[in-house]
Amino acid sequence: MSAAMPRADYVASDGVGLTAAIRARRVSARAVTEAALAQIATRGPAVNAFTTVLAERARVDADRVDAALAAGRDAGPLAGLPFAVKDLFDVAGITTLAGSKINRDRPPAERDAHAVAALRHAGAVLVGALNMDEYAYGFTTENAHYGPVRNPHDPTRVAGGSSGGSGAAVGAGLVPLALGSDTNGSVRVPAALCGAFGLKPTYGRVSRAGSALFAGSFDHVGALGRSVRDVTAAFDVMQGPDPEDPVSATRPAEPCLSMLGDGVEGLRIAVLDGHFARGGEPEAFAAVAQVAAALGVSRRVAIPEAHRARAAAMVITASEGANVHLADLKRRPQDFDPLTRDRFLAGALVPAAVYVQAQRFRAWYRGRVAELFGEVDVLLAPTTPCPAPRIGQERILLDGVEVMVRPNLGVYTQPLSFIGLPVLSVPVTAPGSMPLGVQLIGAPFREAHVLRVGALLEAKGVAAAAVSA
Amino acid sequence: MAENPAPEELGAYVDETARRIGLPIAPEHRPGVIQFTGMLLAQAALVTEFPLPDDVEPAPVFRP
Repeated sequence: MSAAMPRADYVASDGVGLTAAIRARRVSARAVTEAALAQIATRGPAVNAFTTVLAERARVDADRVDAALAAGRDAGPLAGLPFAVKDLFDVAGITTLAGSKINRDRPPAERDAHAVAALRHAGAVLVGALNMDEYAYGFTTENAHYGPVRNPHDPTRVAGGSSGGSGAAVGAGLVPLALGSDTNGSVRVPAALCGAFGLKPTYGRVSRAGSALFAGSFDHVGALGRSVRDVTAAFDVMQGPDPEDPVSATRPAEPCLSMLGDGVEGLRIAVLDGHFARGGEPEAFAAVAQVAAALGVSRRVAIPEAHRARAAAMVITASEGANVHLADLKRRPQDFDPLTRDRFLAGALVPAAVYVQAQRFRAWYRGRVAELFGEVDVLLAPTTPCPAPRIGQERILLDGVEVMVRPNLGVYTQPLSFIGLPVLSVPVTAPGSMPLGVQLIGAPFREAHVLRVGALLEAKGVAAAAVSA
Repeated sequence: MAENPAPEELGAYVDETARRIGLPIAPEHRPGVIQFTGMLLAQAALVTEFPLPDDVEPAPVFRP
């Protein structure tokens, strides 16, 4: 067995840096995979990020990369990069749990989901599946069946959700890259609370084939990583048309990795006002101000009716989500997580008139935001209204008003995924504080804009992944 | 039904709608379902009170 790369070296680099070292044969893919497996074994239990570890399969994949490189063959752009996936992506040979007890009754998946297959085809090494809110319906990953995911920077706090295992796995330094899904903020919220970069691409840009449906109108595949180039490299190999996803965009892939150094010259950037500038703790807005200052941005603009967009997102999500699980809600409601069950049951009772009007409002709102993107290219907003709440915390005081903490973690993310905009959440951590995120928001299919801004913020040291010591 | 109904009206709405779609609600789950239905209908009011032009179609597009 190859010796594992030491943790200090393993977390000193981002995933793309590890791949570069593997491709240059300065370190073997096997040694990097052993490092990931060692971190998962020693530090994983404290954060409870993994539901399945695929150690032997990962070793086989890593050895295949090393053999290809030894033979002088190209092992792929992500050669040897260890990654893990939220447990709603199909992985051939294991049952896709989606954070539930109910799905344990299902047979193992026959093949990998599109996103998993794309990363593996590029040479990345899958090391396991990650904990999440049951059926992705939550922002805190306090999963009753598999236990709460703990924040790598403070184990008494949540990691965010619903891709909580993905956020914790990156923030704890277990893997440099993790896949998540984002319906209302489920990539961006855990990325922000765990100190990772989180990319939610444009709706339809990355195929969802082989991933469990939650609310199809808003479901996106996304990536969490240690750097902008990590999430970009993953995005580049996953993006593009796929006939197996009915909402997949037909436009050809537009790779972004080579554009990261292009800077922000010519990009019109503004801070989002109104809904996105109230209802949060001062440090959430301070993080946005810090990013704006680094970019020399003072302009402020508002999206009309963003609070109604959030409301419409909530009723569509509840209605579509409940319908996916209606048979189980009728037959075995006792087997749902108590944190999702009553919300799913309530979602089944939403009147059709409300659902249809919410979908019509969505079309209207898309038009207003499209007008705004005629005069601006990138918008800035907080990712969450507060740093990670405590596990079990029910309520929080925001702007002098006591509100329920769990739904409010999505107050700034929901009005954006509602119309499928590409968003990069960049981690910003004040000294001695828990991480926070700032959303860089682009027009549809303008991932390159938000990634270029993110790369500049990273180069300036304003945004940086926080990997726990 | 009103979009911000009184609690007893909300309970009746939950019971009747669940019955009509064949969705049993266990007694121990009923208070939570009523609570979240109330929250959802409050959000729904923000959507339905907003006037939309007649020519705005629902967002999803079906391609045959």
